[in-house]
Amino acid sequence: MSTLQPAATPESVSDEVIAPRTKVKKPKKSAAGDAAGALNSRWASFVAVVIAVLWTTPTVGLLVTSFRSQIDINKSGWWNAFANPGAFTLDNYRQALEPGSSASFTQYFINTIVITVPAVLLPIFLASLAAYAFAWMPFPGRNVLFVAVFALQIVPLQIALIPLLDIYTNKLGFGASYWSVWISHTIFALPLATFLIHNFMRELPGELMEAARVDGAGHVTIFFKILLPLLTPAIAAFGIFQFLWVWNDLLVSLIFLGGTPEVAPVTVRVAELAGTRGSAWYLLSAGAFISMIVPVIVFLALQRFFVRGLLAGGLKG
Amino acid sequence: MVATLLSAAPSGIPEPFLRAESTLGKFMLMFFAIAFFAAVFGLVLFLASLFKGRTGEKAQGAIFAAPAVLLLAVGLMYPAILTIIQSLRGKSGDGSFSFANYSAMFTQPELLTVLRNTALWVILVPFLATAIGLLYAILIDRARGEAFAKALIFLPMAISMVGASIIWKFVYQYKQTDRPQIGLLNQILKVFGFETRQFLLDAPVNTLMLIIVMVWIQAGFAMTILSAAIKAIPDDIIEAARLDGVYGLRMFRYITLPSIRAALVVVLTTIGIGTLKVFDIVRTMTAGQFETSVVANEFYNQSFRYDAPGLGAAMAVLLFVLVIPIVTYNIVQMRKEA
Repeated sequence: MSTLQPAATPESVSDEVIAPRTKVKKPKKSAAGDAAGALNSRWASFVAVVIAVLWTTPTVGLLVTSFRSQIDINKSGWWNAFANPGAFTLDNYRQALEPGSSASFTQYFINTIVITVPAVLLPIFLASLAAYAFAWMPFPGRNVLFVAVFALQIVPLQIALIPLLDIYTNKLGFGASYWSVWISHTIFALPLATFLIHNFMRELPGELMEAARVDGAGHVTIFFKILLPLLTPAIAAFGIFQFLWVWNDLLVSLIFLGGTPEVAPVTVRVAELAGTRGSAWYLLSAGAFISMIVPVIVFLALQRFFVRGLLAGGLKG
Repeated sequence: MVATLLSAAPSGIPEPFLRAESTLGKFMLMFFAIAFFAAVFGLVLFLASLFKGRTGEKAQGAIFAAPAVLLLAVGLMYPAILTIIQSLRGKSGDGSFSFANYSAMFTQPELLTVLRNTALWVILVPFLATAIGLLYAILIDRARGEAFAKALIFLPMAISMVGASIIWKFVYQYKQTDRPQIGLLNQILKVFGFETRQFLLDAPVNTLMLIIVMVWIQAGFAMTILSAAIKAIPDDIIEAARLDGVYGLRMFRYITLPSIRAALVVVLTTIGIGTLKVFDIVRTMTAGQFETSVVANEFYNQSFRYDAPGLGAAMAVLLFVLVIPIVTYNIVQMRKEA
């Protein structure tokens, strides 16, 4: 990422020195090694900026809208808002966060938190245990089971939803409760989580485990004292993945929880509002950003781990 | 169907452990759940530690793996089999065995539209997102402020598809041409003297408008993976090519592209899989009306709104069947790369 990489240095130097003089006519001498160098570097920057602007403008539009009054939003486009900066207001957020009002998202926001935390922790518990067994504990049928768990990554969660709903309501008596979503998210996350953590564990040196065994440590001790601390990067990568997945999920919550304020998360509420009150932009815009702020912060803070998780092969449900 | 299933809860579990109205109650429930799961976790470890000796060793491994394996068997395998059976038992899912649902899928005009739309999504989204992601990754490679430029494109990955749908629904917002516009796209049409359009209502343009949202989300993923792959090309290869007089577009064609081929396949297939299952965008923006439905959305509509769980199950099975070849290819490529 940094421009100080040794590989980048000779190139960027020659780029700066030669490119301004030669331009496009003699691409041979514009020494940049990649396609960007084939274009005039000014054009390259221009195209990059155009893409960046295209990608951010829609979000900026809704963000600006969320700070305008209900009347202004429907009277003029958000791009007119800058002409009168005094008109910006926090009213939409006040309404959207005010506890007790029918427009409030607070309850739904709390539901999202309550749904997300166990739905991230539980698969980490179970997957790291299973991954340890698959990686370092010989037991009969181990390879077959591991391949089965691995292969389950391809099963789309849609195929399990309706029978699962039946099991929860008619066999376990959960009804529309958090337990249904906690367990469902865990189930759907297990194949990927086990696979990721297993791959990471396999790369740890076996001598580490053997030495501990010689010293008389049992598997439980090894798991907690030696492996868990080393696993942090893998768990962080998966944890962020799962956090974003659960926090942003619509389908699983929609099916197992419905839209009641007691249990439904923000995404379900926002989607519902978009259907029934599609022009209530003052509420929709504020609600959408309330639901986005947490994942964006988490993502920006822990981007490194997330990208690593993606690179390790983020196939899911 | 959801409502009837959810209300009929013959629960043996005391209500406070299932649901809570107050915020405090909800958090108590959450902490109780975490403690409960931790206790189960501890119990598994305790049980495992009881087994000693050589045979005990094997039992320990089985016990460590058991919770995950059991949960997957009961919560994923078994339901999947039930769904496959249900898809073969007529529209209601409990009649006699037949292929009626599958033949309906390929003959009924509305369902054929669903298949056509799904095909459009699966072809357009991976290629557009990958092309844009690759172009951007190359343009900003080693540029000043690269990390910031990446974050701009990548952020849509962090937000929910529901949020993304709201953002774009506002861009597409329609007002009659002579009135002041609030949607950016119609404002642009108006400035250039065109009539404003109902982007989400007019088929087949509306499907393209939904596809744009998915491309917007996925381009950041493509960019991140491809950027990492480009940076991983060994410098000596580039140097050698340069000594041979290979520059610019030829460098891209003969060095960069072949070097990142595996990453390209992974990106295309991963986005393809995600696109096949796209539900949130369609449901939030059009609910599948106006000829915009796709398989994953039709699964939901048939199962929960049109009271045709058998047909819904067939949609889920179709999704599964369509995903298999892409995933297989994806995994084979990843293996090769690893």
